[in-house]
Amino acid sequence: MTANIIIQLVLYFGALLVLAKPLGIYMAKVYDGHSFVLDKVLGPAERFIYRCCGIHPDEDMDWKKYAMAVLMFSAVGLLTVYLLQRIQGILPLNPQRFPAVSPDSSFNTAVSFITNTNWQGYSGEGTMSYLTQMAGLTVQNFVSAASGMAVLVALIRGFKRNSSDTIGNFWVDLTRSTLYILLPLSLVYSLLLVSQGVVQTFSSYRNVSLTQTVGYDSPALDDKGNPVKSTSGNPVTEKVEIKEQVIPLGPAASQVAIKQLGTNGGGFFNANSAHPLENPTPFSNFLELLAILLIPAAFCATFGKMVGDMRQGRALFAVMLIVFAAATLLCLWNEQQGNPHFAALGIDQTASGMQPGGNMEGKETRFGIVNSALWATATTAASNGSVNSMHDSLTPLGGLFPLLLIQLGEVIFGGVGSGLYGMLIFAIITVFIAGLMVGRTPEYLGKKIEMFEMKMAALIILIVNSLVKIGTAVAVSTKAGMAGIANPGPHGFSEILYAFSSAANNNGSAFAGLSANTIFYNTALGIVMFIGRFWVIIPVLAMAGSLAKKKQVPPGSGTLPTHTPLFVLFLTGVVLIVGALTFMPGLALGPIAEHLMTGR
Amino acid sequence: MLTMMRTAVMSLLVFTILTGLIYPMAVTGISQVIFPDQANGSIVMKNGRPIGSALVGQQFSDPKYFWGRPSATSPYPYNGRGSSGSNFGPNNADLLKAVQQRVDALHEADPGNRAKIPVDLVTASGSGLDPHISPAAAAYQVQRVARLRGMDKAKISALVAANTEERRLGIMGEPVVNVLRLNMALDELKQK
Repeated sequence: MTANIIIQLVLYFGALLVLAKPLGIYMAKVYDGHSFVLDKVLGPAERFIYRCCGIHPDEDMDWKKYAMAVLMFSAVGLLTVYLLQRIQGILPLNPQRFPAVSPDSSFNTAVSFITNTNWQGYSGEGTMSYLTQMAGLTVQNFVSAASGMAVLVALIRGFKRNSSDTIGNFWVDLTRSTLYILLPLSLVYSLLLVSQGVVQTFSSYRNVSLTQTVGYDSPALDDKGNPVKSTSGNPVTEKVEIKEQVIPLGPAASQVAIKQLGTNGGGFFNANSAHPLENPTPFSNFLELLAILLIPAAFCATFGKMVGDMRQGRALFAVMLIVFAAATLLCLWNEQQGNPHFAALGIDQTASGMQPGGNMEGKETRFGIVNSALWATATTAASNGSVNSMHDSLTPLGGLFPLLLIQLGEVIFGGVGSGLYGMLIFAIITVFIAGLMVGRTPEYLGKKIEMFEMKMAALIILIVNSLVKIGTAVAVSTKAGMAGIANPGPHGFSEILYAFSSAANNNGSAFAGLSANTIFYNTALGIVMFIGRFWVIIPVLAMAGSLAKKKQVPPGSGTLPTHTPLFVLFLTGVVLIVGALTFMPGLALGPIAEHLMTGR
Repeated sequence: MLTMMRTAVMSLLVFTILTGLIYPMAVTGISQVIFPDQANGSIVMKNGRPIGSALVGQQFSDPKYFWGRPSATSPYPYNGRGSSGSNFGPNNADLLKAVQQRVDALHEADPGNRAKIPVDLVTASGSGLDPHISPAAAAYQVQRVARLRGMDKAKISALVAANTEERRLGIMGEPVVNVLRLNMALDELKQK
C-alpha cells in the first residue's frame, strides 16, 4: 500500500468519527422533542404539515397502529410511484419525451424505492422523465429513509419506556426525520455537489460536436423496423457515423444528495456515481462517500443519548467499525493486486505516483483503486447500494467482501434506521446466547429478553436469509433466471446470488451484468424486496411494543454488561458466525470457486 | 382506518410538494445563479460552438491524438445516452480478448514502443464516459503523438504536464489528465 492510500483511508475514517457524534446527539434532540435552533425556523412548517394532514402530534400509538401507519404510507407511495411511471408520457417535465415505463419494470422500481432499496432494472438517462425522477423517486428517497428512521426510534422507545402501551407517533417521527434531518443536510449537500459539476437543471439534454467522429456498424432496418438479412441469412449492417455527443442533464444533484444521505443509492444516471456528471471529482466523491455512512453511524450516538448511556451506542459503533474496516482492507488489497491474466499481456498494474494500477476494469481514473474499494464496502456495509465502480468487474475476492457485507443482514452501519434496528436484533440474540451459557434470563438495557422477543428476532433473520436462498435457487433452476447471466462459470452464479442478496437486504447494488430488466427478475426481485423490508419492520415493531410494556429492571450481579470490549467481541462473533454459516456454501460456489479457478 | 388512510395520502402529497417539487426547484434556482456553468454540464465552447463537456470523455482513436479509457457503452463508445461499464468478470474470456485487441492496437499505432502499458489505458471505465487517463497512460503515448505530429517530445510532455490535475489538496483521489482538454491544447499548438 502506498502512503497516499493510507492517508486517504485515515481521512475518511477520521471524518466519520468526528462528525458522527455531534450529528447523532442533534438527532436525539429531534426525536426527544427538545428545542434546538432549526425548530425555531421550521417549527411553523412542521405545524402546518400536521394541520394539513390531520396529524395529532400528541397522540401516541401502540405498535399495531404504528405498523399500520408505516404500511399504509408505503402502500400509497407504491401506488403513486407506479402510476407516475405508467403515465409519465402525458405528464409535464419530460423534455426527452420518454414513453410510459413497462408494467413489470414500473412495479419493480416502485417497490425498490419505497423499500429504500433502490435496485434499478432501468437506465435513468434513457427511461425516466424529470418529473418521475423528482416527484416519484426523489420523494421516496426522503420518505423511505425517514420511515426506516422512525421504526428505529420506535424500537429505542421500546427499551426506554416503562410499562407503556405506546411507542410514539409514526407521522411525527416521519415528519421530524424529513424536516429537521434529511432536508437540511440534502440542501447543503446538493449545492456542494453542484459546485463540483453535478448537473442541476430542467433543460433538455445538450448536443455537442465531437472533435473526432465515431464510426460503427449498426444493424440495417427496413421500413417496418425489422432487421434486414442478406441472402445468406446474416444480418446486414450499415456504417453509421456519429458526429455529436449527447450530454445528459437533469435535476441530478438534488437527488444524488439524498440518495447518498438516506442510504438509498438509486442513481440519476445508469452508471450511478461512476458517472462523471453524478460524481465528477475526488472531492464530490469524498462527500458522497461520507454521506453513505454518516447518518447510520450517527444513529449509534443517537441511540446512546436516547437510552441515557452513551457507552451502549459506542459498543455497537465499535462492532460496525471493526467489521467494516476489516472488509475494506481485504477488498482493497485484492483489487490492488490486479488481474493476474494481464501480466502476460505486457500490462503495468503496479501502483505508483503516476497511476493507480490494480484492477481498473470498471473503475474511473479519478477514483483509482482506493476510493473504488472503499466505496464498494461502504455502500454494501450500509444498505446504500450506489456504486462508483462496477462491482461485476471486481476481482473474485474483492467482490466477495461487498457481497458478504450485504449478507450479514445490512447491520454493519446498514440503512438509515434499518441498520441499527438490525444490529439491535443481533445484540438481543447475543445476550440470549450469553444468557443460555450461564443459565440466567437475558436482559438488554434493563429489559428482560423473553420468548416473544426471541421469536421475533429469529423470524427476522430466518425470513431474510430464506429469501436470498430461495430466490437464488429458483433463478438458477429456471430458464428465465439463467437467461440473465452475463459472465460464464461461477461468476454468473455470483451475479444471481448478489442480486437476491441485494434485494432481500434492501441494498440495491448489483453485479450489473445480469440482465435484470425482464419480467422474471422484475417480478421476483420486486417481491423479495417487499418481503425483505416489511416482514422485518413488522416483527421489529412488535418487539418494540412488547419491550415497552415491560418494567425496567435495574442491573443485578448476573447482568451481562453490554458496553464492554468483551461484549463488542461477542457481538462481532455472533454477527459474523450467523452470516458466514448461512452463506458459506453459496459463497463457495460463487466467488471462492472463481478465485480458485483463476489459478494464482 | 379511514382517517389513517386520509393522513397517509395527505402526508405523501405534502412531502411530494416539499421534497419532490420545492426542494429540487430551490436547488436548481440557487445553482443556476451561483454555479451556472457546473449546473449545466460544464460545457466546453470553441469558436462559439459547444464541443464537449469538461467532465465527459470522448472517443479518440486517431493516433495523432491522445487516446482515453476504452469505453463499453452501447452501441458505440462514449455514448452519452447510455452510460455503462463492460461488467466483464476478471476471468471472462471476452474481457481478455478485448484487452488483447487494445494492446495490439496500441502496439500497431506505435511499433517502436515496447514499454509496459498502464492498465487504465486498456481497461474499460465504470461509466464508459471517463474523461481522464492516468499521467502514466499519457506519458506512454507522448512518443507516438510527437512522432506523428512531427513535434518535439519535450514540447508534448510539457503540454501533458500542463494538463495534469494533481490530487485534491494533495490527498484526495488520483492525479489525472483530461483527455479532451489535452487534445484541444494539441490542436491549438499546431495552429500557432
